Amino acid sequence: MAVTSNWCRCTSCHAGYGWKDKSFDFAVEKIDCLVCHDTTGTYKKFPTDCGYPPLKDKVFAGKKLFKAVNLAYVAQHVGYSTRESCGKCHFFSGGGDGVKRGDIDSTLIAPPKKIDAHMDAKGLNFTCATCHTTTAHEIDGRHYDTPAPGKRELALPRYEGHLVKCEACHGTRPHRPEKKLFDWRLVKLNDHTDRVACQTCHIPLYARGLPTNTYWDWSTAGRFKDGKPIVKMGPLGRPEYHTKKGTLKWGKNLVPVYRWYNGTYSYLLPGEKVEAGKDPIVLIKPNGSPEDPDSRIFPFKPHFGKQPYDPVNKLMIVPKLFGPKGSGAFWAEFDWKKAAAAGMKAAGLPFSGKVEFVETVYYHALSHMVAPREDALKCAACHVRQGGRLASISGVYLPGRDRHVELDKIGQTLCLIALLFVSIHGVARIIIALKRK
Amino acid sequence: MKQKLYLYTRFERLWHWTQAFLIIFLLLTGFEIHGSLEIFGYEKAYLWHVYAGMALVILTAFAIFWHLTTGAWRHYWPVKEKIPQICYYYLVGIFRGEPHPFEKRPDQKLNPLQRLAYLFLKLVLFPLQFVTAFLLLSYQWWPALGISASFRKVAYYHTAGAFAFLFFLIIHVYLATTGKPWYSHLRGMILGWEEVELR
Ligand code: HEC
Ligand code: HEC
Ligand code: HEC
Ligand code: HEC
Ligand code: HEM
Repeated sequence: MAVTSNWCRCTSCHAGYGWKDKSFDFAVEKIDCLVCHDTTGTYKKFPTDCGYPPLKDKVFAGKKLFKAVNLAYVAQHVGYSTRESCGKCHFFSGGGDGVKRGDIDSTLIAPPKKIDAHMDAKGLNFTCATCHTTTAHEIDGRHYDTPAPGKRELALPRYEGHLVKCEACHGTRPHRPEKKLFDWRLVKLNDHTDRVACQTCHIPLYARGLPTNTYWDWSTAGRFKDGKPIVKMGPLGRPEYHTKKGTLKWGKNLVPVYRWYNGTYSYLLPGEKVEAGKDPIVLIKPNGSPEDPDSRIFPFKPHFGKQPYDPVNKLMIVPKLFGPKGSGAFWAEFDWKKAAAAGMKAAGLPFSGKVEFVETVYYHALSHMVAPREDALKCAACHVRQGGRLASISGVYLPGRDRHVELDKIGQTLCLIALLFVSIHGVARIIIALKRK
Repeated sequence: MKQKLYLYTRFERLWHWTQAFLIIFLLLTGFEIHGSLEIFGYEKAYLWHVYAGMALVILTAFAIFWHLTTGAWRHYWPVKEKIPQICYYYLVGIFRGEPHPFEKRPDQKLNPLQRLAYLFLKLVLFPLQFVTAFLLLSYQWWPALGISASFRKVAYYHTAGAFAFLFFLIIHVYLATTGKPWYSHLRGMILGWEEVELR
């Protein structure tokens, strides 16, 4: 799945006006300011209009009315971005509330402290921009600069405008005793920050607000019942089956997976050959290793799926989803072969005519929904012999999980022999003593 | 004939039993950190292990001072005599009701085998455990201290030391019951006075 050939749907968020195809020129007057700086809440973009808001009342998908936007009113009420204005796109990435990320959804408009210790509406009340500081409209994050800008250290005294790293506000040894002079436990927590990311301990579970999509099987999409599309709701209030999308699985309060991560990813690019094997094809993989001092053990949401694949050319297929009838678009004709041919043509890639479906996975780093301190991970979540959260992390000595197996065997054997020897010796002494009596 | 001897001063007894408690506690918490036991919970096990370890270091510092100033270190000076006889006694003689080949006296409280064992403990095991513990605790400052070691290996040595302590403890506790009657050594270590057979 990719933006190519689906421009007008995807660019309804990926900000600009009239981003219809590859040749979009990113000129200033085509950048949508209002989507971020509207404070009235009435500015909404029409989902399939290439990023334009509706200028007269319009109905989306036959159901939802999008009222005409009064641009003059909105323009007179611009202001700083709010969680709501950022969230208009970011809460809905993946096509619905919380679908894609699992750590950003509409509960962040006014979250309780349990869900987000910083954006807590009754507490710190951070906006997105408190952390995502901007310098000349370049929003701090992984997308303008990769990895995200700023050093992993206290931003004071030499403030360079970057706060997106936790350490920028909290420092590299963030745990300080409040009442006592000294607390060894906090010293030890601080010792972890060179290898374990803050997020790993402070985001114990993701999708704590709304359910997030964990598995997306496109292969079953396109079924109809009596000629009508099917939408079957699951227990979490999200569709289990949707004619346009296929079979979907959802989850709430999920345990992340952990990987070494240096703030960058490797992407499987359209047109890159890939062999389909037993394991899912990794579309987006975090980079990092224990040898790299800038890597940390970081929490991720794995997003699994089943996507179209060309077994002859060994390419992931970029299908055309969105478009009118006759264009080959899947959501108009529900034919994967046509959608694949149209999509691959638009992307300038070869297509053999064969469509198979393969398991895929990509990883999403989690940095939001930082839980309050009392919910941070407990030692034993990681320091256990089996089944710990970091069971698959290599390159560190993790006491309680790791040991020298032979050393343990020798030690145990010698101690057991000693125990056995003194037991026999003792029993013999008792028997002899009883006999003498 | 039996005679009551004052073998262990108040400081020695206090030191001995505090040390015994600390080492057993360090073994329990240490093997919980190691992942072999589950008693206190990881966090408490870790914290209390470190606190107990510090207490043991301080206690040991006092004990070294005491041994040097009172000259009691001489009790640990190794001697060769009678080692084979003592081994024979524990393997055979003890079952035949023979007397212990070594006579306890206030100026030589420890038999040659004990001297060797305790000297090994004091010169090898305690330093090993303390040095590795210091390294484990300070690994954040290794670069600043100019130390280059592998955390993993240091932890292995500390674990090996722990097994050695456990091994020692098993034998030591058992041998403490080999007096006549069986509790006489224990009573001596608690009250200071021990009844000793004179020949
Ligand atoms: C507590 C600070 C904080 C707040 C508040 C915050 N973010 Fe973030 N955000 C981060 C961090 C840290 C990252 C990860 C940056 C990196 O890649 O190192 C991030 C990354 C992101 C990313 C990129 C994710 C990716 O890797 O693809 C998006 C999108 C994002 N934030 C949106 C938001 C939105 C929307 C809000 C407001 C609802 C918000 N953030 C509030 C700290 C914050
Ligand atoms: C823009 C500055 C800023 C950034 C960036 C930031 N924090 Fe905070 N954080 C604060 C402030 C201010 C507080 C409240 C003061 C306090 O409790 O120390 C706080 C409090 C916390 C708390 C305690 C919450 C409680 O229980 O009271 C945690 C945990 C925390 N932050 C973790 C993080 C993590 C993890 C990140 C990175 C994703 C992060 N912070 C990024 C400013 C920031
Ligand atoms: C090994 C897990 C772990 C890591 C890594 C970690 N924390 Fe914490 N953090 C905790 C725990 C547990 C607490 C609760 C401490 C308590 O009981 O007071 C805590 C508490 C806090 C608090 C509350 C204030 C305080 O002093 O207790 C802040 C702020 C915080 N962490 C920020 C961070 C930041 C920033 C990072 C990354 C540089 C980080 N933490 C890394 C486990 C961790
Ligand atoms: C997110 C998982 C995680 C949690 C939670 C966690 N640790 Fe660790 N711990 C690690 C990792 C990974 C290492 C090895 C990397 C390193 O040396 O920092 C480690 C190393 C250690 C070490 C050996 C290195 C050192 O710093 O001495 C100790 C001791 C330790 N942790 C104690 C604790 C205690 C106590 C707690 C709870 C208060 C705790 N850990 C919580 C992951 C964790
Ligand atoms: C009789 C003495 C001691 C015994 C039997 C003992 C035993 C143990 C054991 C079995 C472990 C687990 C090792 C592992 O799995 O990696 C451990 C860890 C530890 N011990 Fe000790 N210990 C002793 C003394 C000390 C002392 C004096 C200190 C210092 C104050 C200390 C500090 C530590 C620390 C910091 C750890 C955690 C290090 C790690 O990550 O392995 N220990 N100990």
